Order: sequence, then structure tokens, then C-alpha cells
Amino acid sequence: MSTPHSSSTSSAPHRASPPQIPQSLTLAPTASSSASPSSSSASGMRDAAEDDSDSPPSQMSEDDPGGGGGGGGDRWEPDLRGGNGGAGRWAPPDQVLENVLESVLEFLTAARDRNAASLVCRSWYRAEAQTRRELFIGNCYAVAPRRAVERFGGLRSVVLKGKPRFADFNLVPNGWGAYVSPWVAALGPAYPRLERICLKRMTVSDDDLALVANSFPLFKELSLVCCDGFSTLGLAVIAERCRHLRVLDLIEDYVEDEDDEMVDWISKFPESNTSLESLVFDCVSVPFNFEALEALVARSPALRRLRVNHHVSVEQLRRLMARAPQLTHFGTGAFRSEAAPGGGLSVTELATSFAASRSLICLSGFRDVNPEYLPAIFPVCAKLTSLNFSFASLTAEELKPVICNCINLRTFWVLDTVGDEGLRAVADTCSDLRELRVFPLDASEDSEGSVSDVGLQAISEGCRKLESILYFCQRMTNAAVIAMSKNCPDLVVFRLCIMGRHRPDRITGEPMDDGFGAIVKNCKLTRLSVSGLLTDKAFAYIGKYGKLIKTLSVAFAGNSDMSLQYIFEGCTKLQKLEVRDSPFSDKGLLSGLNYFYNMRFLWMNSCRLTMRGCKDVAHQMQNLVVEVIKDHTDEGESEIVDKLYLYRSLAGPRKDAPTFVTLL
Amino acid sequence: MEVAAAAANYVADVDNNCLKATELRLGLPGTEETTAVLPTPPSTPRGKKREGNSGAEEAAKKRDGETAPPAAKAQVVGWPPVRSYRKSCFQQSSGAKSKPAPAEEKAPAPAAPSAAAAGGNALFVKVSMDGAPYLRKIDLKMYKGYRELREALEAMFLCFSGGADAPAVNPSDFAVTYEDKDGDLMLVGDVPFDMFISTCKRLRIMKGSEARGLGSVKNN
Repeated sequence: MSTPHSSSTSSAPHRASPPQIPQSLTLAPTASSSASPSSSSASGMRDAAEDDSDSPPSQMSEDDPGGGGGGGGDRWEPDLRGGNGGAGRWAPPDQVLENVLESVLEFLTAARDRNAASLVCRSWYRAEAQTRRELFIGNCYAVAPRRAVERFGGLRSVVLKGKPRFADFNLVPNGWGAYVSPWVAALGPAYPRLERICLKRMTVSDDDLALVANSFPLFKELSLVCCDGFSTLGLAVIAERCRHLRVLDLIEDYVEDEDDEMVDWISKFPESNTSLESLVFDCVSVPFNFEALEALVARSPALRRLRVNHHVSVEQLRRLMARAPQLTHFGTGAFRSEAAPGGGLSVTELATSFAASRSLICLSGFRDVNPEYLPAIFPVCAKLTSLNFSFASLTAEELKPVICNCINLRTFWVLDTVGDEGLRAVADTCSDLRELRVFPLDASEDSEGSVSDVGLQAISEGCRKLESILYFCQRMTNAAVIAMSKNCPDLVVFRLCIMGRHRPDRITGEPMDDGFGAIVKNCKLTRLSVSGLLTDKAFAYIGKYGKLIKTLSVAFAGNSDMSLQYIFEGCTKLQKLEVRDSPFSDKGLLSGLNYFYNMRFLWMNSCRLTMRGCKDVAHQMQNLVVEVIKDHTDEGESEIVDKLYLYRSLAGPRKDAPTFVTLL
Repeated sequence: MEVAAAAANYVADVDNNCLKATELRLGLPGTEETTAVLPTPPSTPRGKKREGNSGAEEAAKKRDGETAPPAAKAQVVGWPPVRSYRKSCFQQSSGAKSKPAPAEEKAPAPAAPSAAAAGGNALFVKVSMDGAPYLRKIDLKMYKGYRELREALEAMFLCFSGGADAPAVNPSDFAVTYEDKDGDLMLVGDVPFDMFISTCKRLRIMKGSEARGLGSVKNN
């Protein structure tokens, strides 16, 4: 498509930049409507220069096609005709085509599809940028907020992820980063119609929450997962100011509250009927105003999901259920009575409440469960698709009467206290099970361990449709894993954690190589976590068969750098690799040089890396940010690298790194 | 295989050993835990006010909070990979509906005592009494309320209350105070017991002129 010659003479400098089509399209901020061509092209020049060495802009999204940015062979010319007033952006030669394109692109929702569309040509890039409603950024440091804001004109929803996942296990020191503040500051002015923000592993302060509440008058959904930095004060501001709030989901956050400073945030919701559909706050561990919650539930006719914290007794649950019989997802708090023994609510009365909640499909909570009350949920068991007992220390005997009714269960989270016997009961009933997670009550290496290969085998035989499993145990065999690989062909997520380090097959004494080999060979895994005694052979299998693996977690495994090489060379779809305590050195690290741009990040801690190797990587790969993280600021200069976190980035080394982080 | 990890642990050990060396403690040598002290401060902040010294505090809490004998082998940070949130919930559920001690809530992987739901970790704090030649340690979780706590303290420190010829302890001459997590000296008894347990770092029994007017031990 040839464009008429622009009336501005400033087109010349743009031709000087290399013909990488998508990059230089950050010519003009979409917000400006009457910018004169010359001033816009000045900013365009800056952007074009900056973009020279950048990777394709589609890397802002989760599913990077990995390919380069060049589009076709047509020589492009920047379209510098001034904006026609109201539109606020450059008018393309064919206005009708662009409008049609935008209308069509509205229907594209998947980020992968949108990324592909944006690479077709400039016109499609622009149209896609205007019509993208949800922005997903898998690593908040991969791109600067300003850049996202400049590209996308009409965002309604932003999803941001911050710290690397190993931060959940205390491997990332406090103060590392992932602050949401610069994002909120940039999104506020740019997207007044923003409705939804989802954050994972980011630090969110009360001020940030206040800024969100004040910046977006139409705000509807806030979801914070594994975040920290805020308190009930911030929640109060959200409750009070976001009058159209539909979703407030706080999931496994660290909500800081000094007991004497906590705020009665539940009372701050609007006094009229609210639009609340989901209120999840089981991680807000401080006591709250129950009467206010009861009243809130009563005036929230759209409420479908409610998860309360452990300060709620069964008596209070009953009151809540009476107010909200339409609930579909219910987090049940402590699930015990606050009265003296013999004096509290009877099981029958509680069962009546559950029977009246005809829409319940998901139950969780049971944080301090009194097993005598479990029969109260029998009336809803048959309809349940999701049951989370992972905070309830139940025995097999206590589980069986419940689980035998749960014929439609698709998701089940449980503690290993139920043992292999309990898992057998699950396998006997839940033939439709898709996701199973078995957590350890005693999360230590030397624990007894109540589940083993026997339970895994039973599950594999009874739950043939299994797609995702997370299994903590102390004893495992290759045979059980192989059995699962054959019985459960739909498996895409396999996360096995044998808690004792370097444990071999408990029967044969051999490494667990064959088991994991079978699982990658027979199943189309996208996510894999390995454990137990593993040699390079396991990773040879993983590299050979794990062509769909996107996330791989390795701990205390492998015996040489060949393992890393197998992974990098074999796992062509690898996005996220996290490694700890494995004998991999600089050589292994460098074998990944050609692959790092295709990945979101690499994390390695307690391996055998040195500064020299990491600097090598940093020098050779300009668009990677290479972080060496120390535990304490005052640790002296050391050649040994304990923690390495490297990730591709359009934004370059970040400016907010603390002193214990060295950016190479 | 774990050279780097061992190196990191060693550095942390040296740090904590230096701190330990300067601390006055009661107890026979060798009764303290000698597990590799976790080198990493928790990745989650434990309070706006305390971000700066979370590392040292964490080590201090660990010393005060655990009396387990030395573990057989060094426990490793963050292994098994169970989120601290989940581990802390089990410590919560042992205390019914009370807010749990923040030290355990945000602590990294526990080195020695298992996070069993039933028992919960012990919460040992030092108790000093003005004029007494040595300190004691008590487990706050052993007591259900202030009364029991006071009775235990009285029993413990009776012998120091004024010499062999002194009659029974006169309550009004003593004030039991505690140091909270901000480092402030507070009078015991103002806040609900559960809240007190979660914020108390050490106890101090004041007597004599300092105590007068602060309220008797048996107050409230």
C-alpha cells in the first residue's frame, strides 16, 4: 500500500532508521489530537531511535511468537499527515478499511491472536492497538509503562505479574522490586475508562490503591494474587470510592495490619445496593466487622462468590448463607462453632442452610474445621465441581463420607493427612477429576509423609481425565509415574515434589529418570516440576520429548551442564525456567544464549554460576536484563553468584533496583 | 553440589554467630540450636515500620522463638516449595480465631519444629526482673490468659522479691511490662491476651520506684 507523500519534510529522518516495521510505530501518542506534524515527528524521531535495537513489540504479551518483527518486503513510509481533529490519531489513507478492520479485530480476544495480527502491517498494528482491551504483561520489568500507554489507546483491563515465582519460597529478598506504583501512575491519566486490574506478586501500597480508586471512575474489578504492601486502609479506600466495584479478589496476599491500626473496611462499601459479584478475602487475616459483612451481602444481589477469613464460625456462616442463597463459590471460614461444646449450632441446622444454597459448586475454607460439621455439606456434594480441603487436616476416615458423594468433582485440593487411603477414595468416586493438588501438612524434608506412589497410582487409575496434578510426597516410584503417564493422557501440568532431596525410586533405588521420561513422552505437558534423584538422562528425555513445555522447575537435580543444554536445545517452547541447587555452571548457562530471547525469564539460585559467566551473558545479549541478587547488601564482592534472574526486556536495566541487586 | 548454597549459609552463619557471641544468655553451652540459620530475610515484608531491619529481627526472633535441639542436617531455604502463606495458615489455625504471632506468620521455612496444625510453635520470650541476677524464659503459648501468666511469673521470681526475710510479694510494688515489636515498653494487661502474645517480644518485671503508680501486677 503506497501512501501519498506527506506534506511534512520531516519524513527524511524516519527513512534513515532500519526497516523494522512495528518498532517505529510509536510515532505519536494516540492521545494527542491536534499535534502538529513537526512536533509529533520530533517525538517520533526519539522513539524511532530508541526502537532501533528493540525486539518486536509483541513481546509485551504473554505468547510471543518468537519471530522477528519484519513484515513483508514492502518499503514503508511513515504516514505523517496530521490528525483530522477529533479522531486523535493519524488518519490512514483508507478510513473505511481501517474502521472495518477495527470492527473485525474487536472480536479477537486472545493475546496470541492479537500479537499475530499486529505484525501483519502498520495498518493492522494500529487498528489492533486501538482495539485491544486487555493487556497482559508477564513481567512488569519487560516493558516500561510509558511504552504500553503510548501504544494502546483503549485498554479496559491490565494484568501485570511481578516477582519471579521463587519469591513465594523466600528466595527473593525483601525489597527486590515489582512495585506497581509507576504503572498506576501511568495508567491513570491514559485510561480513564479502565475497569480491571489484576496483579500477581507485586508490591501494592495503600497509596497505590487510593490512586486506583481515584483514577478510574468506572473501575469494576481488582484482583490481587500473592501481593504485599497494602493493608485494610487501602481496602477501605477501594470499597468506599469504587462505586461500581464488581470483583474484589484478594488471594494469598500478605495484608499487613498492626492490630491496633486495622480499619473496618467492610463498612465502607456503598450503603445502597452494590454490584458486587465476587468478594474474596480469606487472606485478610485480621478480624472484621461481621455485621457489616452480613448487611453488605444482603444488599449485593449479584454476589456469587464469597470467601471469608477464618474469623467466621458456622453460626455466622448460616447467617451469611441465609442472606445469599444464590452463591456459587463459598469460602467457609473456620468451619467450627464458637460456642462451648454441646452448645453451638447443630449439624442438621447447618445442613439445612447448605441445602438451601442450590447453586453452590465450589467450596473452600475449612480453616480450622471441626470434622463433626462436615456432614452439613452433604446436600451440596453431588453438585460440587471444586472442593478445597487443603487447609483442613482430615484423616481418610473423615474424608471418605464426604468425597463419596462428590461425583462431579473436577478440582480437588487436599492435605496429605488423608493418606493413600483417602486418595483411593477420591479415585473411586471422582472419575471426572481434572485437577488434583495434594499439599503436605508438614512441609519439611524429614517429615513422615503420608502419601506415596500408592496414592498416585490409585489416582491414575480412577481419574483418567486428569489434566493437572501437584503432588507432595516423600516416597515415589518410577512405576507409579509411568502408570500415570499412560492412564492420564490428558495431563498438561505435572508437578511432583518428592520432599526429601535426591530421593530415588523407593522400591528399585534407581533415579527417577524413567518416570519423568515417560511423563514427558506420553503426555503433552506444558508445565513440569521435577524432583527426586535425577541424572542428566532425565533432562535428555525432557529435551527430547518436552516440545510443548512452557514452564519448567528444577531443584536438586542433574549431574552436569548437559542437563541445561538438553533443556535449552530441546524445549523449543520454553518460556520460564527456574532452577535451584543443581550442579550447573557457567557453561550450562551459556548454552542457552541463543534461546534467552524466546523466554520470559530464567531463574537460577544456588548453582555453580560465577560473575564471569553472568557478565558474559550480559555482554552478548543486549536486550536481556541480567540481575545478580545477593542476600544482604553488605556482602562483599564475590565471584560466586548465588541468585541469577535474567529476563528479556524492552525497558533496559531498571532504575528501582535495591543495593543488593547488581544489574550487569 | 551445593557450594554456593553452603557459601551463602556460611556467611549468614558468621553473621549470626557474631550476634550470638555478644548476647548474654542463660543456659548451658550447646543447648542452642545450631542449624544453619536461614540467610534470607523473608521476601514478604512483615510490617511497614520494620522493613529496614527485618533480617536481623528475623534471626533474633528465631533465637527467641525456638528451643529445638540442633537439627540433624541443615534445612534449606524455601524447600519443600510450599508458600509461606500456606505454612502460616497452619500456625494460625492452632490459635483459633486469634491473630497469630507475626514472627511465625511470615517466617521462612521453619528450621526445626514442624508446622503441625495442632500444637503450633512455642513462643519463648525472655523475662527479666529488675535486680535479679539472671533472666528466665517462658513459653507464652502455655498460658490461656493474663491470670495464668501472672501466676507463673510470680512463682518464677518469688525468690528474688526482696531477700530471705521478706514476706509474701507485695503486688503493688511490681509492674509487669513488655517490649512490643516496635521496641516500646508497654504495660501488660491493656490489650486482649491473644493480641498481647502476638506482639510481645520480651517481658520485664519492674519493681520499686519505677513501678509505683503504673498499676499493680494483679490489675485487670
